[in-house]
Amino acid sequence: MRPVLEIAGLVVRADDGKGSWIDTIRNVDLTVSAGEVVALIGESGAGKSTVALAALGYARPGTRLVEGRILFDGQDVRALDERGLRRLRGRDASYVAQSAQAALNPAIPIGAQIAEPLLIHGIASGTEAEARIASLIGLLDLPVGIVTRFPHQASGGQQQRIVLAMAMACAPRLLVLDEPTTALDVTTQIEVLKAIRTAIRGQGSAAIYVSHDLAVVAQIADRIVVMRHGAIVEQGPTAEIVERPKQPYTVTLIDAVRPRDRRLTREAPRGPAPLLALRGVNASYEQQGWFGPARGGNKVLRDIDLTVGKGEVLAVVGESGSGKSTLARVVAGLHPRLSGDIALAGTTLADRVRRRPLEQRRRIQIIFQSPDLSLNPEERVGEIIGRPRQLYFNEARTNRDAHTDRLLDMVGLPPSYERRFPAELSGGERQRVAIARAFAAEPDLILCDEILSSLDVVIAAQILELMRELKRKSSVAYLFISHDLVTVAQIADRIAVLYAGTVLELGATSAVFTPPHHPYTALLMAAVPQLRRGWLDDAFKLRGPTAQRRAAPTGCPFQPRCPLAIPGLCERELPPLREQTSGHAIRCHRSDAELRQAQTSPVQTSPN
Amino acid sequence: MASLVLGRLLLGAVTLLVASLLVFAGTQALPGDVTTAILGNEATPETRAALVERLGLDRPIHVQYFEWAGRFLRGDLGLSLVNDVPVSRLLDLRLKNTFILALATIIVVVPLSLFLGLLCAAYPNGRLDSSISVVSLFLISLPEFLVGIILVLLFAVYWSVLPATSISGFRSFEHLVRALVLPVLTLTFAILAHMVRMTRAAMLEVMRAPYIEMALLKGASRSRIVLRHALPNALGPIINVIALNLGYLISGVVVVEVIFAYRGLGKLLVEAIGNRDLPLLQAVALIMVAAYIVFTLLADIVARLSNPRLRFKQ
Amino acid sequence: MSAGEATAQAIPRPRRLPPPLACIGLAIVAIGLIMALLGPFLARHGAGELISERPFPAASWALPFGGDHLGRDVLSRLLHAAPVTIGLALGATTVGFVIGLTVGFFTAEVRGNTDTMITWILDILVSFPPKLIALIAIAGLGSSLPILIATLGFVHAPRVARVARAVAMNISAMDFVEAARARGESVLAVMVREIWPSARRPMAVEFGLRVTFSILVLSSLSFLGLGVQPPMTDWGSMVRENMSGIFLGTPAALIPALAIGILTVGINLVIDWIGGSSGRRLTEELSR
Repeated sequence: MRPVLEIAGLVVRADDGKGSWIDTIRNVDLTVSAGEVVALIGESGAGKSTVALAALGYARPGTRLVEGRILFDGQDVRALDERGLRRLRGRDASYVAQSAQAALNPAIPIGAQIAEPLLIHGIASGTEAEARIASLIGLLDLPVGIVTRFPHQASGGQQQRIVLAMAMACAPRLLVLDEPTTALDVTTQIEVLKAIRTAIRGQGSAAIYVSHDLAVVAQIADRIVVMRHGAIVEQGPTAEIVERPKQPYTVTLIDAVRPRDRRLTREAPRGPAPLLALRGVNASYEQQGWFGPARGGNKVLRDIDLTVGKGEVLAVVGESGSGKSTLARVVAGLHPRLSGDIALAGTTLADRVRRRPLEQRRRIQIIFQSPDLSLNPEERVGEIIGRPRQLYFNEARTNRDAHTDRLLDMVGLPPSYERRFPAELSGGERQRVAIARAFAAEPDLILCDEILSSLDVVIAAQILELMRELKRKSSVAYLFISHDLVTVAQIADRIAVLYAGTVLELGATSAVFTPPHHPYTALLMAAVPQLRRGWLDDAFKLRGPTAQRRAAPTGCPFQPRCPLAIPGLCERELPPLREQTSGHAIRCHRSDAELRQAQTSPVQTSPN
Repeated sequence: MASLVLGRLLLGAVTLLVASLLVFAGTQALPGDVTTAILGNEATPETRAALVERLGLDRPIHVQYFEWAGRFLRGDLGLSLVNDVPVSRLLDLRLKNTFILALATIIVVVPLSLFLGLLCAAYPNGRLDSSISVVSLFLISLPEFLVGIILVLLFAVYWSVLPATSISGFRSFEHLVRALVLPVLTLTFAILAHMVRMTRAAMLEVMRAPYIEMALLKGASRSRIVLRHALPNALGPIINVIALNLGYLISGVVVVEVIFAYRGLGKLLVEAIGNRDLPLLQAVALIMVAAYIVFTLLADIVARLSNPRLRFKQ
Repeated sequence: MSAGEATAQAIPRPRRLPPPLACIGLAIVAIGLIMALLGPFLARHGAGELISERPFPAASWALPFGGDHLGRDVLSRLLHAAPVTIGLALGATTVGFVIGLTVGFFTAEVRGNTDTMITWILDILVSFPPKLIALIAIAGLGSSLPILIATLGFVHAPRVARVARAVAMNISAMDFVEAARARGESVLAVMVREIWPSARRPMAVEFGLRVTFSILVLSSLSFLGLGVQPPMTDWGSMVRENMSGIFLGTPAALIPALAIGILTVGINLVIDWIGGSSGRRLTEELSR
């Protein structure tokens, strides 16, 4: 049978912004058979999206499809005129974008957007179209009333499923999915992945699935194609690539997903007195009023008690909306506290950073998430790293330069980088500069606010390794904020799990990873994509009674989603943080025995 | 949504209040000696006293203001100092004339600029777009009196096709049109360029959004993308553009009416200034400023309402 | 995701030669500045010197642009008036710009209720039609230089403040500014070291736009007889004086009007080059 898509010798050229063209895709061959799911894997800049879009005959502005044969169902795509291309797109081949923001028009109702491909291609209209939409809505588990609403009124997971419905409307032969779950929380990702699989299998379409996440793709793809720098590194059936990769680059990718050495600390180091102590800290989103922080409003942090020992790594893990970033900013003094104490080595810290003495400010440093935004684009790297030395140590120019060289070396960058501007550095390199800047102050505590989240998985692994090494050499403590439970396990001594501003579980890494866990922790761990097939189905069953995202206002905030919730108790009363063994505490009404029983069976279900 | 509209209305009311304060301050409260400003240095003490009496200048400033504002709100605009005619009577004809001029300009400019702006956005950086960009850049740099002068030179002097000035009292429709052509053309040149540039910019900004690329990948035609996908999102900014420029129209009308001796509000304002006719000046000034404010406010409200995110809350 | 794709807000520095239109613009601006600084010294005749006895003499060797309604040399008067037109416009703009910039940056950094209040005030001030307000103020308070500068400054300041605030808030949202705050840098240090370097370009565009606005408004005022008063002359007044010639077919009024137009075009060409299309758009939207 003729393959749905046949690409041979594809070359794509891009305008480098300085007047010349460079080849971004070099001689790529790709074949997709009917009903087959082919994954394109690689880091950003590898060219996966470019190849996927070429299947639709589309080249982004500034790029050109220069050479090669692209046959869709035997038809030469590059020879099509504008009319022909319009007929191809949306009808025979559809595109699912990375985020719903990118795909949904905020000014048009949802139903109209789903129906649009039907209208454009003259396939159905009126009641017929409505019926088709209704069946799509049902298939993808979306509420019926959503067709009259606008995109901003739907949740993130719903939005992405709407985009999927839009792509499926004309029952295309090929579905191009461009990192469809990258922007979602791990727990939301599960429902969307399930929907994608239903869609593909239900319609029997072929699909190209672009991603950087090997584990996600292992659940869905029949074949995997590994790309790097615009060329194919390796390709083959999923099982083979995952278990018997041949190329070294493929091995690196797999390692980054399934780290080989999971060194979990046994004991939490217990120093005499904690370096950082938070007691009863509350914070809200509201801005400062004239008479102090605004009262009431939505609380982002509720009664947080945490400590970080000297030289210890405490990881705070939570999803979006958990308040973890706010926590970092409250400790840094950038966000007002409603109530509670924060003490550094016994001395209370003022609410606002500008009111803290210089020494205190020096001892706590912060590294931000986005390497692109955390460095002043108008300052050279040397000035960026030198500023803390000038500010805190009043260092003379010559000493500063010497220290800058040493710091650059410490983070693995050549001294010549001192003269460069941030725009001349890659994302990973910029993050290293941010790290050097933090260490320049010789702090006692570094707040790491999701410092790996914006980086490619391979680079992130390198940065994580760098942070581990730096911690070994100095005696710095980290407050490591992340949404990725599994990754932090490689660096954290202790872990705190945060949900809707409340700490649900706290303990040494190994303790947290051994059952019994808090039901939310169990959900988080299950939601992390694993390379083994069948993971997706298990994770989907674990989701709990509803996919209700909103935290409960009274009682336990996790209760609406908890598969182990005790009706009548958990909505009313917030459970206390019960200490199980030394240093490990779980905030749950269920006893440890009950939790252990529920969690050691294959699927977490209520014991009732 | 109701709170949104009410909020802006409140802001508008406060703005009008402040505007009236400014007009009052500029013309009556701040000038050192109002009588000298009006009558000149050689006026006799008797004439001065009479003026003070008439305008109530001897009373405390805030009393003067409240009396003035109160009268205004009741519709009593005072008597012209020049000929004792009630100001409202003087305004009548002039208001109508300026309204005709403005309306004629709007009818020409708005559809034309929208069309050109959309066209440029549909084929960005194409030949049409580039040439329009360059031409509009030149046009927005020119003072209106330059455009007016050139038009007069061309059409009234060298080619003698149209009258250089407008005589009052339009006897026939043809007469009206002939009298309006040059002023409308002048105003159009001034505003068209701004509006085309801003419409184009607003549209291009919207067209940069990723969901526009998505529409393309759904197989939508160019016209569908521009009209059905981009335009609804650009509606807010475009309405703002129209409002800004129509506000400009209210100011630009002054110079144009003077050049072409067109008997409208703008020319009346300048005459009142020349004659130092305080009540007339205050009335015309306040009306024109208020019109501008009301207009901008309406446009702001409409622009906000056109954003579904503000219409339907989560 | 990260790496190649997203770059910080910076608009690429123009390293190549400016495109031809921008070169023309730069040339015009350069000539304008020379005229402003050296005009009176370059003029062949005095500002009030009568060359011919007849009104509107034709162009000749002695009168390169012809003569005006009193028989004076148009070119010389143009050069004498240049410093007034350009200097006044620059002065008025600078006053308004400096005030507006300070207020805008300050309120962007301070935030909270102070910002809300200031924004509210700015919104009100910006709702007034600028030219009308200038007209009314001058009508009531007179046309002396300080009044002209103050009025125009009053018109510019809130608009510049709004743009400055928007620009500063955009930049402020980036983490490197937060990092500076986390170091405890003072408000002033943050504004100068972190925000200003990234704000230079859009604010330069704004300054240019404001200057063109000043030139046009001041000329219009002079054209209506409300701007600079005799014996001081600027280009707008020259247009006014020679308007009678238009209906006689003599272009004496056209010359100064063209000078104004060409200068403004030049500034606009330079602005377009500095700001790129994005820089101009934000300020254009907010500043009229």
